[in-house]
Amino acid sequence: MNMAAPFTAPASGQHATGTSEPWVVRWLLISVALTFLTLFLFVPLGFVFYEALKKGIGVYLAAITDPDALDAIRLTLLVAAIAVPLNLVFGVAAAWSIAKFNFVGKNVLITLIDLPFSVSPVIAGLIYVLIFGLQGWFGPWLREHDLKIIFAVPGIVLATTFVTFPFVARELIPLMQAQGTEQEEAATVLGASGWQTFWRITLPNVKWGLLYGVILCNARAMGEFGAVSVVSGHIRGATNTLPLQAEILYNEYQFSAAFAVASLLAMLALVTLALKFIVGQHADGRQHPSERRP
Amino acid sequence: MIAPTMVADPGDPEAKLAARNFARPPPQATDLAGVVASQSVRRHQKHVLPGFGLSLGYTLVYLSIIVLIPLSAAFIKTAQLTWPEFTAVVTAPRVMASYRLTFGASFCAAAINTVFGLLVAWVLVRYRFPGRSLVDALVDLPFALPTAVAGIALAGLFSTNGWFGSLLAPLGIKVAYTPLGVLVALTFIGLPFVVRTVQPVLEELPRELEEVAATLGASRWESFRRVVFPIVLPALLTGFALAFARAIGEYGSVIFIAGNMPMVSEITPLLIITKLEQYDFVGATAIAVVMLVISFTLLLAINALQAWTRRRQGALT
Repeated sequence: MNMAAPFTAPASGQHATGTSEPWVVRWLLISVALTFLTLFLFVPLGFVFYEALKKGIGVYLAAITDPDALDAIRLTLLVAAIAVPLNLVFGVAAAWSIAKFNFVGKNVLITLIDLPFSVSPVIAGLIYVLIFGLQGWFGPWLREHDLKIIFAVPGIVLATTFVTFPFVARELIPLMQAQGTEQEEAATVLGASGWQTFWRITLPNVKWGLLYGVILCNARAMGEFGAVSVVSGHIRGATNTLPLQAEILYNEYQFSAAFAVASLLAMLALVTLALKFIVGQHADGRQHPSERRP
Repeated sequence: MIAPTMVADPGDPEAKLAARNFARPPPQATDLAGVVASQSVRRHQKHVLPGFGLSLGYTLVYLSIIVLIPLSAAFIKTAQLTWPEFTAVVTAPRVMASYRLTFGASFCAAAINTVFGLLVAWVLVRYRFPGRSLVDALVDLPFALPTAVAGIALAGLFSTNGWFGSLLAPLGIKVAYTPLGVLVALTFIGLPFVVRTVQPVLEELPRELEEVAATLGASRWESFRRVVFPIVLPALLTGFALAFARAIGEYGSVIFIAGNMPMVSEITPLLIITKLEQYDFVGATAIAVVMLVISFTLLLAINALQAWTRRRQGALT
């Protein structure tokens, strides 16, 4: 950002012909880029809200206060409330061990932590069916004890935890590696306990990165569709998350209701982007949000 | 040497982006200094800090329970098949048709995103126009918007009576419920990858290089093609690979617009679900294993590309 400032094409008159383009070219490139983004990003986003409100605010409110929709909202919040803290604790533990200590196989571990991002969401759901489904490893045992994981909330939580697994860890690992260990070592030498060191030194140093990871983790946890759809069983009022509810309504041609539910998720996305922007500016102060990852 | 490797991998690596973004930016120099310094400190006084056993132990146990053991279940399940049975399942005509569509559409979508991603990154970094910051922030929308929402929005827009569909219908172009619809959905979800990998490289690019090129008589186009482009290339390829990898595994945004006709517009992830719903667990898992192997290969390729990007960057600064 600061880097880019000197390059700013002057608003009028003089511009360095050697390192800048004629205004026609600039104008053309900007137009093409904005047209592409408008067609592929902004119109679809606007379309969600347009369709949701097309039949009036009354229909909209009825759709999002429908009992099934409210159940879906509750389940979505519950799943995120379990999956995000799980991955937060993991992320902190993984970052502490990887950033503050040296051990053999560290790079392999970092790659393994990334694995869930390269697995198709559908496969993320499938692997839990293989383990906990009726035909799965623990299927017979679970049935004997009258426990349900697949087609029930625990399966949804597991699948969501899998797809959001790396978010916090990969945000914290590079950050804590960059900060080194001097401060923590000083605190320890001066007699601080491990927890004191963590709470008073490490956590304040990484709080923005941590928040950043949590925001991304939460957005994905609430919006996950593929993995959850495999393990959910689509039981209304019981195992439908918001994205699944939108799918069901859409497939029943209840478009206004489907887009009303979808608009809640679209608002979540916009809030996420806004928070990301704000936190990104705080995160170690010097980085432009665009330099940090989605 | 790069091109062939990246024609393979599904997945959802929105975060791969972070790795390089983090390794790359301004703090890099201090990062390195810090890491090196702390490493030498650690070498002399092992484990001054507490909690190594606890944190690493927890990391490994949690990683195994959530990721490694479940993923191994797919491979163990597939091991029930003999090799000829396995190849018969994963090369059946309907499955082959789904690979062609998935990989073909993913490749084209990633290519489209490479061209427009470079353009968008260039415009965002080099030019100033009203609303630039807002546009910049909204580029990440496909990462933040749940895929099902993108799916129904695109399906609605491109259906024959939708905003775009009704404009394209008189031209004889059908998008919804055709392979073209798959391409549109995959282009949407892959859009930020190239922008976000190229953007930081462009921002860091020393302007002096272009000044020198201009001084030496290069035209604007020549200095872009021969100075800027080679520097941006590794990041561009990384973005392409990330978008491609993400597209291969994509499900939610595609199924609404694809029409899902076997042999025509059925993507591989959907085929896995179809087989699951028919209680063909072994068949579904065998196809999943093929996808997983391709994904992991691509993950390694992306790691190599990112290392290359960092080296290019390092050489400049």
